Amino acid sequence: MKIVVCVKEVPDTAIALKVKSDSPEIETENIPWVINPYDEYAIEEALRLREKFDGDITVITFGAERAESVLKSCIALGSDRSIRINDKSVKDRDSLVTSKILARVIQNIGYDIILCGKESVDYGYAQTGQMIAELLQIPCISAIKKLEIPALTIEATCHREIEGGLEVVKCSLPSVFTAQKGLNVPRYASLSGIMKAKKTKIETLEPDALDLNTFDFKPKIKITNLSYPPKRQEGKIIHGTLPDTAKELLRSLKEARYI
Amino acid sequence: MEKFDCVIIGAGPAGVAAALTLVRKGLTVAVFERGEYPGSKNLFGGVLYSTVLNKLIPEFWKEASVERHITKRRYSILSKNSEMAVEFGFEDFNHPPFNNSFTVLRAKFDRWFAQKAEDAGAVIFTETVVDDFIYDKGKVSGIKARREGGDVYADVVVCAEGANSLLTEKAGLKKKPLPHQMITAVKEIISIPKDVIEDRFNLSDNEGMALEFFGGAVKGMIGSGFIYTNKDSLSVGVGCPISAMKENNMKPNDLLESFKSHPVVKKLLRGGKTEELSAKMIPELGYKTLPKLIADGLLIVGDAGGFVNPSLYREGTNMAMYSGVAAAETILEARQSGDFSEKGLQGYIKKLEESFVMEDLERYGDVPEKLSEMPQLFKEYPDAILKMVQGYFTISDLPKDELHRQAWNGFKDNISMWKLLLDMYKARKAVL
Repeated sequence: MKIVVCVKEVPDTAIALKVKSDSPEIETENIPWVINPYDEYAIEEALRLREKFDGDITVITFGAERAESVLKSCIALGSDRSIRINDKSVKDRDSLVTSKILARVIQNIGYDIILCGKESVDYGYAQTGQMIAELLQIPCISAIKKLEIPALTIEATCHREIEGGLEVVKCSLPSVFTAQKGLNVPRYASLSGIMKAKKTKIETLEPDALDLNTFDFKPKIKITNLSYPPKRQEGKIIHGTLPDTAKELLRSLKEARYI
Repeated sequence: MEKFDCVIIGAGPAGVAAALTLVRKGLTVAVFERGEYPGSKNLFGGVLYSTVLNKLIPEFWKEASVERHITKRRYSILSKNSEMAVEFGFEDFNHPPFNNSFTVLRAKFDRWFAQKAEDAGAVIFTETVVDDFIYDKGKVSGIKARREGGDVYADVVVCAEGANSLLTEKAGLKKKPLPHQMITAVKEIISIPKDVIEDRFNLSDNEGMALEFFGGAVKGMIGSGFIYTNKDSLSVGVGCPISAMKENNMKPNDLLESFKSHPVVKKLLRGGKTEELSAKMIPELGYKTLPKLIADGLLIVGDAGGFVNPSLYREGTNMAMYSGVAAAETILEARQSGDFSEKGLQGYIKKLEESFVMEDLERYGDVPEKLSEMPQLFKEYPDAILKMVQGYFTISDLPKDELHRQAWNGFKDNISMWKLLLDMYKARKAVL
């Protein structure tokens, strides 16, 4: 079984991001980067499928050199091949540009199953998996919480959480699945896996070598502004003895018309 | 099974200094760090002394992520709403090697330092906790990392696990510290634009200032508050012995809030935005209660070894690096004879004893203890002195002589002069 996993590096969600003062972009200097958390579920699912069916896992990313650490963390977990498509020559990108590039690479290496995170936690458009499927003319089931592929069939059954219930969806293979939290519990890399990752050199591709039209590198959407969420209002600490503070709390809540 | 010449636990300044020294001599070295990346869990007040680092990586300030070099120091004693301060500025410190004093942010700095070791060939495993040592006939012969296939073997293990020394305690080298031997410090990084910092503290580009506050800054407890200038932020914190916090029923966060809201401090922080809050334990074991620093196949370095100078110098990182280098050099010597037993590692103790590390620990190690015998130093004296000086300067219709007499009498009624002089003498001897 040929499994392809698409991953992305994203700013560590634990840090406070800064918006550049002169353009609608975030400051990327000196911030820690991590693998997109949803992609971790995609990798784990790929490892489980390979345990069941054999085959190989190729992990690809479209990103800067620093994104190699994300690919290395996948090698440490057990992926077989890693490819980074260098994003240096592509100045602006939207989900469609990314999808066209990823889809072309996936087409070149061949695939039975394509796994992605359901969205990246940086911009959160949640489009790439679906667009790759469309470009490859194959089905896509998004935000799956369970993936069942019985032995040697060409059909997959997925569970999706929907508002107030559970949806069970079937599709033929090959297909794209995007991973939702809860799909699995990602494993930790073994020490020998980490050692292997440190020694592995990552394959790098230039977008120009992909035989795409220059038109494909033009984003269709443009971010015009980025701003911080509204500031949280300052809280109020009520001091005093217990009965007094309770009374004061009640009064304050009434005054603010919460109760 | 993985085997290295040396395994190091902890990618802080001590562990990385040891790793760098060893890989440069061609040894295979694995470093285990529980944080997401080296520096992610590492913390100190804010000023790095760099005599050892400058030997390891000459002129490191040209490439390392340092914030500012310290040319100015200010010490003040606060009462509830007054201040008595002395400020020093040294233009000589404005030139390389910048008096080997820099403010740094550890998340950035430690990452850079660890990268240097990695570039030189060390293998650093992040997000990997070490649960125990592996013993072979009583000799430490490796470590158990909390990962699949996590048993890693080595000729010798360097434990640089930090202040919360669970492994060192587990190995029986160190007793659980007592509350008065541990400082708990909390710190905020408060962002303020670069030019505002330079105007407010009267600094030129890259120049920095270290401010320490005693007395009312920490509610009259032993300990202090501090402000260190970074490039575009301030490190603002307080540190006091856990025992004092407990006696005064004081929570570290509340203490920091009270420090920040002191009228003197508040003005220095105005307009700032808190970016992060962190806390750390600082071991102040004192020379006499240092842990056992070597065992068969094992050396203890950095905070785990209790290498902290608690006096006005507040030196920890530099000592940590020194101990890391000393441990590495000892290992290189031990390799000649192939003897990694406690006896073969004795050179480590000798190196420490012949250096500023043990000299300073011996000299200053009991500062907290001595000061704790004189609580009046931080409470009654500052209050009385500030009240007297305030009286002296308070302008009223009274003749000045009368003002002076009132101020002085007020002071004498509260403070015994002989005791004050004696205490000052004792304090000077202990601290300076």
